[in-house]
Amino acid sequence: MEILVASAIGILTAAGMYLVLRLRTFPVILGVSLLTYAVNVFLFASGRLTVAAPPILTDATRYTDPLPQALVLTAIVISFGMTAVVVMISLGAYLGTDDDHVDEMPDPDAAQEDAT
Amino acid sequence: MSLFLIVALPFLGALLPGLMNQAGRAACAGVTFTVTLAAFIGLMTNLPAVTAGDTVMMQVDWIPALGINLTLMLDALGFFFATLILGIGLLIIAYARFYLAREDNMGEFFTYLLLFQGAMVGIVLSDNILLLLVFWELTSLSSFLLIGYWKHLPEGRQGARMALAVTGMGGLALIGGLLILGQIAGSYDLSVILQNRELIQQSDLYLPALILILIGCFTKSAQFPFHFWLPHAMAAPTPVSAYLHSATMVKAGIFLMARLWPVLSGTPEWFVLVTGAGLITLVLGAVIALFKHDLKALLAFSTVSHLGLITMLLGTGTAFGAMAAVFHIMNHATFKAALFMSAGIIDHETHTRDIRRLGGLRHLMPITFTIATLAALSMAGIPLLNGFLSKEMMLEEATKTVLFDTPWLVPGFAVFGSLFSAAYCFRLIGHTFLGAKRDDYPAAPHDPPKGLWLPPAILVVLVVVIGVAPFLAEPAVKGITAAVLGGTTELPYAHIKIWHGLVPALYMSIAAVVGGLIVLAMFNPLLRMWDAAPRPEAKTIFDAMVAACVSLSEVLIHPLHNGAFSRYGAVMGVSVVLAGVYAWMTGTIAAPDHAVQVAGLIEIAGFAMLVAAALGMVLLHHNRLLSLILIGIVGLMVSVGFVFFSAPDLAMTQITVEVVTTILMLLALNFLPNQTPIESTVLRRTRDVSVALVAGVAAAALSFHFLLRDPVAAPISEFHLANSYKGGGGTNMVNVILVDFRGFDTFGEIIVLGIAALLIYALTEALLGGPVRARLLNRKPDKRLAGDMHPMMMVVLTRVVMPVIMMVAFFVFLRGHNEPGGGFIAGLIASIGLVMQYMASGYSWATARQRYPHHGVIGAGVLVAGLTGIGSWFVGKPFLTSDFTYVRIPPFEKFELATAALFDLGVFLAVVGAVMLSLDGFSRLARRAHFKDSDHPMDINPERLADEELKGQGA
Repeated sequence: MEILVASAIGILTAAGMYLVLRLRTFPVILGVSLLTYAVNVFLFASGRLTVAAPPILTDATRYTDPLPQALVLTAIVISFGMTAVVVMISLGAYLGTDDDHVDEMPDPDAAQEDAT
Repeated sequence: MSLFLIVALPFLGALLPGLMNQAGRAACAGVTFTVTLAAFIGLMTNLPAVTAGDTVMMQVDWIPALGINLTLMLDALGFFFATLILGIGLLIIAYARFYLAREDNMGEFFTYLLLFQGAMVGIVLSDNILLLLVFWELTSLSSFLLIGYWKHLPEGRQGARMALAVTGMGGLALIGGLLILGQIAGSYDLSVILQNRELIQQSDLYLPALILILIGCFTKSAQFPFHFWLPHAMAAPTPVSAYLHSATMVKAGIFLMARLWPVLSGTPEWFVLVTGAGLITLVLGAVIALFKHDLKALLAFSTVSHLGLITMLLGTGTAFGAMAAVFHIMNHATFKAALFMSAGIIDHETHTRDIRRLGGLRHLMPITFTIATLAALSMAGIPLLNGFLSKEMMLEEATKTVLFDTPWLVPGFAVFGSLFSAAYCFRLIGHTFLGAKRDDYPAAPHDPPKGLWLPPAILVVLVVVIGVAPFLAEPAVKGITAAVLGGTTELPYAHIKIWHGLVPALYMSIAAVVGGLIVLAMFNPLLRMWDAAPRPEAKTIFDAMVAACVSLSEVLIHPLHNGAFSRYGAVMGVSVVLAGVYAWMTGTIAAPDHAVQVAGLIEIAGFAMLVAAALGMVLLHHNRLLSLILIGIVGLMVSVGFVFFSAPDLAMTQITVEVVTTILMLLALNFLPNQTPIESTVLRRTRDVSVALVAGVAAAALSFHFLLRDPVAAPISEFHLANSYKGGGGTNMVNVILVDFRGFDTFGEIIVLGIAALLIYALTEALLGGPVRARLLNRKPDKRLAGDMHPMMMVVLTRVVMPVIMMVAFFVFLRGHNEPGGGFIAGLIASIGLVMQYMASGYSWATARQRYPHHGVIGAGVLVAGLTGIGSWFVGKPFLTSDFTYVRIPPFEKFELATAALFDLGVFLAVVGAVMLSLDGFSRLARRAHFKDSDHPMDINPERLADEELKGQGA
């Protein structure tokens, strides 16, 4: 099971990293989202993997570590806010310049051609 | 008055002039004057204690573990400097009121001035040297604002930058020096450091500490080779020059040298460095000053020269030298501030500061003439004025000082410097006021209003009084000197007198004055020689050095960060991995603590789906809609994983966030192109794949490593486990952590979430208010619109489901404390219910039925959470302490009431508001893009058709 989770984190990181290095905004945003999953799962896993022992107080003697869960829970919600801001910024940039490249500034000649 | 209040008053008062700006110039200046006067009076209330030889101390612990405490102390030296700062400050404020032109923003000016004043008072009253450093940096910053106050002048901006660069750099050196000093002494409190002379001077680190501290002092006090910034700072308004560059800021370095005199002075290194730099500065400044035509530049270089004189005196390390230095600080502050203000008056009335265009002003401006002449004669060292007394003491000290085993070196240069000093003073008087009256002044000169000449006149009265009756100043000078000496050396027995008899110093003084007159007589040939002589221009050298630094950093940075996000991301990823590999190679690796748990078929299937979706995204990301669906699968599998690994709260949060994120992305994709074109080269893609693989392998290896090992320290969750029910009153530990144990974190997080949503709102407003609006209105949708935009089935279904969803949200909210659920999840569920109404019936219809604005909901949430936290103050508990009790109202079962639930309500509201406001922004863009959507809940509405038919018939 540890192998599965560790390799899932690795694959999410690799896929996210590859998409982050793309040239257009949309894949970059998706890449950042994948990295967010990877980081959240990583943080969650720092409480080690425990099956069938939720951190709800019962008569049980064994519980999983609740602290990473609490941290990740807020991280998930905050990452929504972050994604929304980044999406809005990239959308504004695209609507303003008709170009959704991440890096280069739009070529002024090309922009003129688009406008005409 | 409390020392804290004296330091705090200018800072608090700095708010007022800015606020009073609308109330007029007099109100602005008046409030500034009052604040300074209050601080001054507060300072004076400590006079009895200081004259009795006591040191007033105050302490508030701040970070005791690091030795950083707010400790202030006031002894005679600090009192003297604070009096200079606040007293001359009062005069400057009165003067600036009349000096600044109508179009200058007076509130801004006085705010900067008060900030500066507070920082200066802070320096001289600090006991803790780390606190002193903070104030030291504050003076650099606030003086930057003051020097660059006339933002329209390029010289002002450049001068301010140069001053900030030089003094800021010196400040960095000073930080290093003082930290070393504190390490040697074992304390950061001056009162302790000053007791440890032997320990510090015998330390191996004495020399580095000394050099670093001296760099700090020399840059601040414009000592050679850092003297060049001060003349360029003259682009500031004259009140600033008079205040900063005569009486206060440049004296900060001198102050620190005097303050640390007991522990640093007396060694050969100190003597050579300080006396040497002082002597060079003294001569260099005096010579350059003679040939400057701008009145303020002349005064600036003369200040440099006089600061050199004081530095030289401190460098000798004798008690008499220290006494002469203290006395000259006092005298220099009086006559130099008066001279700067006079230069300002001349500039103000004649519209020029160029000496070559002036002359013969004694009849036109008799008052200014009297003030400036007395001050200048004092500076030249003419008897019966205070400058004479301290200059005599300096010369006497010089005759006893032997540098590099050459007895004539110091006295010779001292006389040479004094000679030029006398010469430029005579030139200032002669070429400005004496001579024939001219008829080509740029403006008709006349004496200024009382407000401008009164402040320098008060100073000149002091110049004369001390000069004629030096015994009046003697007790003060001796008291301050005793504070400088700090008990290490006996106070000198000598008295301050006008007539000492026929001592060498008298002959040297006469030689300087006579020589000065001769030099002035030969001024024109000397000037021609000076102009012809090649000499290095400090500003050019400085600019070249700055340019060299800039290009060096470009060479270093550009390969790593050229503005391209992808390059930056790749560099970042690889360096993180490299750092991790380094840690791995150098650290110790323990054996695994437990074996790998066996995975069943279902787990493997879930893992396979996650991997397939992630890889599919990489391969198919050119199709954006498809990749959005794939990332949904990833999110779903992650949620399932959370359920499996005992994290029901996380799973619920993840899956609800997944829904709103997908809706948000779909809204964005509405505008963005649907395809990502293939642009990158094979080489580039190979690079990216390699970087990604390196990052992925590293993340997997790290995770696998720690998953098989137990934590190195006992997890703090033991505490949560033990106290969750007992202290927090809940059995869901995750929720109790969120709303109770770490409630302050959660409070911060809902605020962040709210700010993010407001940011989106602001961006939307900016976009809709700009050129994008027209573009949106003209935009043609790139896909065919749905024929039935608001399908009846969906409308009906969402209406029916809405109460159910709200009920579920309420249920999830209530059970949160004991079972999986809580404010975050309930908020997300409720938002999904609301968003569904928007999706089904359109933006206009849904917005018309919205009772509360989303901003308000966010605010209410933060407010509810905050007030719940504050509530615990009323029962004397810290912020956000929770309480709970069990109540029983028949016929219900016993249930729990907890303040944490109220806090969770705040979380709920903030989440609902933030999610709705974010999505609202995107929807409003979409609404502009196509046609105005309908105000009706659905497109097909039999009732409406009937209405319109009726209307048609009626018409």
